[in-house]
Amino acid sequence: MQDTPLTNLAWLLIAIPLASAAVLLVGGRRTNAWGHWLGVVAAAAAALLGIGILIEMLGLPEAERIHDLHLFSWIPAGDLSVDAGLLVDPLSMTFVLLITFVGALIHVYSVAYMEHDENRRRFFAYLNLFVAAMLVLVLADSYALLFVGWEGVGLASYLLIGFWNQRTEYAVAAKKAFVMNRVGDMGMLIAMMLMFASIGAVDFETVFAAAEGTNEGILTATGLMLVLAACGKSAQFPLQAWLGDAMAGPTPVSALIHAATMVTAGVYLIVRSAPVFEGAPTAQLVAAIIGAITLLFGAIVGCAKDDIKKTLAASTMSQIGYMVLAAGLGPIGYAFAIFHLVTHGFFKAGMFLGAGSVMHGMGDEVNMRRFGALRRSMQITWITFGAGWLAILGIPPFSGFWSKDKIIEAAFVGEGWQPWVFGPIALLGAGITAFYMSRLFFMTFHGKARWKESEDSANESDKDLPVQHPHESPLLMTVPMIVLAVGSVALGGLLAIGDTFTHWLEPVTGHVEHHDPVIAIPVLIGATIAIVLAGAFIAWRQYAASAVPVTPPEGSVLTRAARVDLYQDAVNEAVFATPGARVTEVLTEADTTVVDGAARGLGSGAVGLGTWWGRLQTGFVRSYASIMVVGVVLAVVVVLATRV
Amino acid sequence: MTLVHYLVLSGILFSIGAVTVLVRRNALVAFMGVELMLNAANLMLVTFARMHGDLHGQVIAFFVMVVAAAEVVIGLAIIVSIHRTRGSASLDDANLLKN
Amino acid sequence: MTSILVDLPWLSLLVAVPLLAAVVIWLVPGLQKLARPLGLAVSLLVLAGAIAMVPGFDAGGGYQFTETYSWIPAIGASWAVGINGLGLVMILLAVALVPIVIAAAWNEVRLPEAAGSGETGSGEPDTKALDRRRAGYVALVLALEAMMVAIFAVRDLFSFYVVFEAMLVPVYFMIGVFGGPNRRPAALKFLLYSLAGGLVMLSGVIYLLVQTGGGEQALLLDNLAGALEGNYTAQLWVFLSFLIAFAIKAPMVPVHTWLPDAAAEAPPGTSALLVGVLDKVGTFGMIAICLPLFPEAVANVAPYLVVLAIISIIYGGILAIGQKDVMRLIAFTSVSHFGLIVLGIFIGTQTAMVGSMIYMVAHGVSTAALFLVAGFLTQRGGSAQMSSYSGMQRVVPVLAGVFLISGLATLALPGLSGFVPEYLVLLGSFEASPAAGVFAVIGVVLSALYILLAYQRVFTGPVDPDRSDLPDLGGRERWTMVPLVLAMLVLGFFPAPVLDVLTPAADQFAAILGSAS
Repeated sequence: MQDTPLTNLAWLLIAIPLASAAVLLVGGRRTNAWGHWLGVVAAAAAALLGIGILIEMLGLPEAERIHDLHLFSWIPAGDLSVDAGLLVDPLSMTFVLLITFVGALIHVYSVAYMEHDENRRRFFAYLNLFVAAMLVLVLADSYALLFVGWEGVGLASYLLIGFWNQRTEYAVAAKKAFVMNRVGDMGMLIAMMLMFASIGAVDFETVFAAAEGTNEGILTATGLMLVLAACGKSAQFPLQAWLGDAMAGPTPVSALIHAATMVTAGVYLIVRSAPVFEGAPTAQLVAAIIGAITLLFGAIVGCAKDDIKKTLAASTMSQIGYMVLAAGLGPIGYAFAIFHLVTHGFFKAGMFLGAGSVMHGMGDEVNMRRFGALRRSMQITWITFGAGWLAILGIPPFSGFWSKDKIIEAAFVGEGWQPWVFGPIALLGAGITAFYMSRLFFMTFHGKARWKESEDSANESDKDLPVQHPHESPLLMTVPMIVLAVGSVALGGLLAIGDTFTHWLEPVTGHVEHHDPVIAIPVLIGATIAIVLAGAFIAWRQYAASAVPVTPPEGSVLTRAARVDLYQDAVNEAVFATPGARVTEVLTEADTTVVDGAARGLGSGAVGLGTWWGRLQTGFVRSYASIMVVGVVLAVVVVLATRV
Repeated sequence: MTLVHYLVLSGILFSIGAVTVLVRRNALVAFMGVELMLNAANLMLVTFARMHGDLHGQVIAFFVMVVAAAEVVIGLAIIVSIHRTRGSASLDDANLLKN
Repeated sequence: MTSILVDLPWLSLLVAVPLLAAVVIWLVPGLQKLARPLGLAVSLLVLAGAIAMVPGFDAGGGYQFTETYSWIPAIGASWAVGINGLGLVMILLAVALVPIVIAAAWNEVRLPEAAGSGETGSGEPDTKALDRRRAGYVALVLALEAMMVAIFAVRDLFSFYVVFEAMLVPVYFMIGVFGGPNRRPAALKFLLYSLAGGLVMLSGVIYLLVQTGGGEQALLLDNLAGALEGNYTAQLWVFLSFLIAFAIKAPMVPVHTWLPDAAAEAPPGTSALLVGVLDKVGTFGMIAICLPLFPEAVANVAPYLVVLAIISIIYGGILAIGQKDVMRLIAFTSVSHFGLIVLGIFIGTQTAMVGSMIYMVAHGVSTAALFLVAGFLTQRGGSAQMSSYSGMQRVVPVLAGVFLISGLATLALPGLSGFVPEYLVLLGSFEASPAAGVFAVIGVVLSALYILLAYQRVFTGPVDPDRSDLPDLGGRERWTMVPLVLAMLVLGFFPAPVLDVLTPAADQFAAILGSAS
């Protein structure tokens, strides 16, 4: 075993941003002047350390790349004993690099984006807190510690969605996100209960080693509960409703948490728990089905939204659907799920930052029907966004092509009905994705401007249009966008050459022999590209070549349904919220009237009895005497009667 | 078995006393009823003491007499004071026990 | 060092010192002006004394620091004290909260006329009356401290009963004299509920006394264990008599309704001690008295109690969501959490038992913090109705932050004090009964709802212009919250020292239940 000084310092990855967050939160206003730079430095330091560990790991033979660092004894409770420890292996390092690298870029971007917010320091504190929690999540070596990060990122997400909580609807969105996540977390807790009850431990090593010999029913239950947890965190059907509302947070938050990292934690969870799913094919199938449903759900919703951030959110949901689908396909899909997760992290974060840049230049407008023709005034944003757009479409040789195409191929692998269901859905999803992303791109950057530079416009038809002064964002914002755009262009290709990425993950996901899809690969690639181009072309005709109405047309039934997220909120409202509120109301009422009423009734009953009894006290000696006589006679009768 | 007659007598005396207390309005007469009942009890105590051949009953009868004497003193004092303040010794005029 | 500690009547001193100080502060007029610093000093001294016991404590060594003195031999009563891991931890919690409560209520005690009308009066006699009133409050807190130490330390059933009832006296006055506008009915309700439970328990104590035939040290817990062995019916009835008292104390549905009223009317510091420590006497009694004395009865009744506990968890959670008054809300969260503690006690696994024990500490810390910080808020805003506030996070950020941290600890966010206990109780419960575990886990979602709803209503939204100039936490208030926040973090990340102390005790008690069923 070689010496690994940097890997042994992996705890610093978590400690640095956590310490920075603590300084910023405890220091308060005193740190306002330099707080944001401390945040940036903390994130960057974590990124550098991550790169150092990566280099160290690359120097080791494959078999030695898995390190388990024991930190301290966390919950020594006799039967259950959990140690806090970090698992540093290729899978967790992939995430560490994604989180810290993209995270650091977004920190830099935020310095400029949040410049005019008086609470910028607090924003950076929360961002650092998020980075620390997310690193705990991916580095944990037990489900218990993973859960710390799991809820920690939920907390950071709550704080950041509600960052502008002076608006009640934003605060409500934050709460909604946390509570829906908690529903998923119930799954996580029950999964851990199952593990403890059947295996007696919750750390990865013991659980995975014992998984093989465990009863399939228990594994299936555990797997299903893990899928439920993943659904909550990754906004998968049926717990998807919070993600759209989460766009209430500042845009860098949407980029980092609700696109690149936190929402992909569910995928990480499933891939990490591979040995559990290995013995639970039903749970795997459920994951794949949920992924397939969500990828269509998100794509359909994305087609109808006019809010640029909500469109991107729907797209995120849909792309994570791809990843969950891939993860649900089993070992053949794991590496591709993670691969797509990484490339998606880059291009989606890049596009969110681009959206932020557009909003920055357009006075915080998010309605795409008020954009148009922004390519001239915001060239860097246009180009970097374009890179992300081509990547998500899956146009070769952009990043998305390498990862998404692999998932589509994997979806066509298998026996029976499954490849014929999952495959076409994945293919169809690619087409819809192409349509709505192109729609977004064209509506924002191309076509005719649906705003005007100044009030005294010569053109009569411009009269009602809002005045805007679009301008390119400062360097602090564009540089991160450029870096992410470079990633969107090249990262996929670089990692795909010679299956580098798949081999890199092999110590964790295991080596998988190549399986042939039910349709030949070249045909699939051709079909994918054709359907994508078709989708993009339709979008171009509708939103670039012809004028876009400023007020949305009524649209078909499907469009109207998609605008309200396929009635997800109405369903949740009708099934959970309204009955829940009713139960609360009734019980609250019952608690005072019935439960407390019973106690009070006991009291007033005693008083009443006393009052009634007191009426016998007439004060007349002769009535007392007669009562006494009656009592004596009764007593005598009783005594005589019982003697017989 | 003649002692049973004493018991019957005691019962009769007690009943007369009880009815007196219940029926008569005048406090003094009611008071005599009480005395009658006490003496009925005394008679019964003595009778049983004789019947069982031990002295406990007779001793208690003495106690009852002492208590009755004390009670008469206090009772008469109360009746006299009520008569003075109200000018009547009728039991139905006084319901001070209520308060 | 250790031998000196063990030779001193350490626990009796911890009871005697605050009690004596309370009497002195109450009776000596010259000291009333100095009551607050004096009280703080005494409580810190007691805290130091309690901490000094820790090094001499051996986690695996059963009851330690034991003392036994004869008291009323005719009825078998004696003054006997001694602590195991659970007792030590509970005593530490109690004596650590007392100085915080005294410091938090430094200026909060006012004359009844001045209460609510803003600034205190100016005249000379007013100051004197104020001093007297403050001295009264401090004396009551110290008296209560003595009884809290005593109740977790006594090992004689008669002494336990006496302290159990005597504790009501200071609390009654703390609510009834220093509380809010409806303090009198609330105090009376508290007293009646507790007395009713206590009297039922007394009948059990008397039965035990008759059963054992009295004699020297007959009611020592050690001597009582096994006294009812084989007599199942007697065990069952005596157990039920104790259980009623403890269920009222650790408010379980349906005998919980005194708590919201008391908590809403009591001064925040009193609520903190009441819910944070006193109510734990109920769960403490279930563990330390019911389990060793009536093992077979407990084993047979346990399934019903588990159901009742789960009802408490869910019912308390739903009721908390429905509350409009922040103090009542916190009270109902406690009903829910006590459900989890009781679940852990009676489910019968070692893991859940450890969980319940550490839950008692963790809940004490986080609930005390919630009550105190909510008290700071209502003191400033003059209302406990959540609808009276809006956007307070912008106005009082530090207060909002402390409320959120305490709330997150309450909703068992991993990394804060609430998580480890809840986790252990849930895992341990599932081990014994999957259905119980799954139902109890619903509490997780409910807790997120009630805490975040409260935070949303009070601290977010547009800033209310009427309350936009409320001052944030001042220096004294911040320093009272610092130890609590630190405790929440430490219990979240490094609960190991506490668990090490509790685990042997939990092993022992869980084994009783295990071998009985």
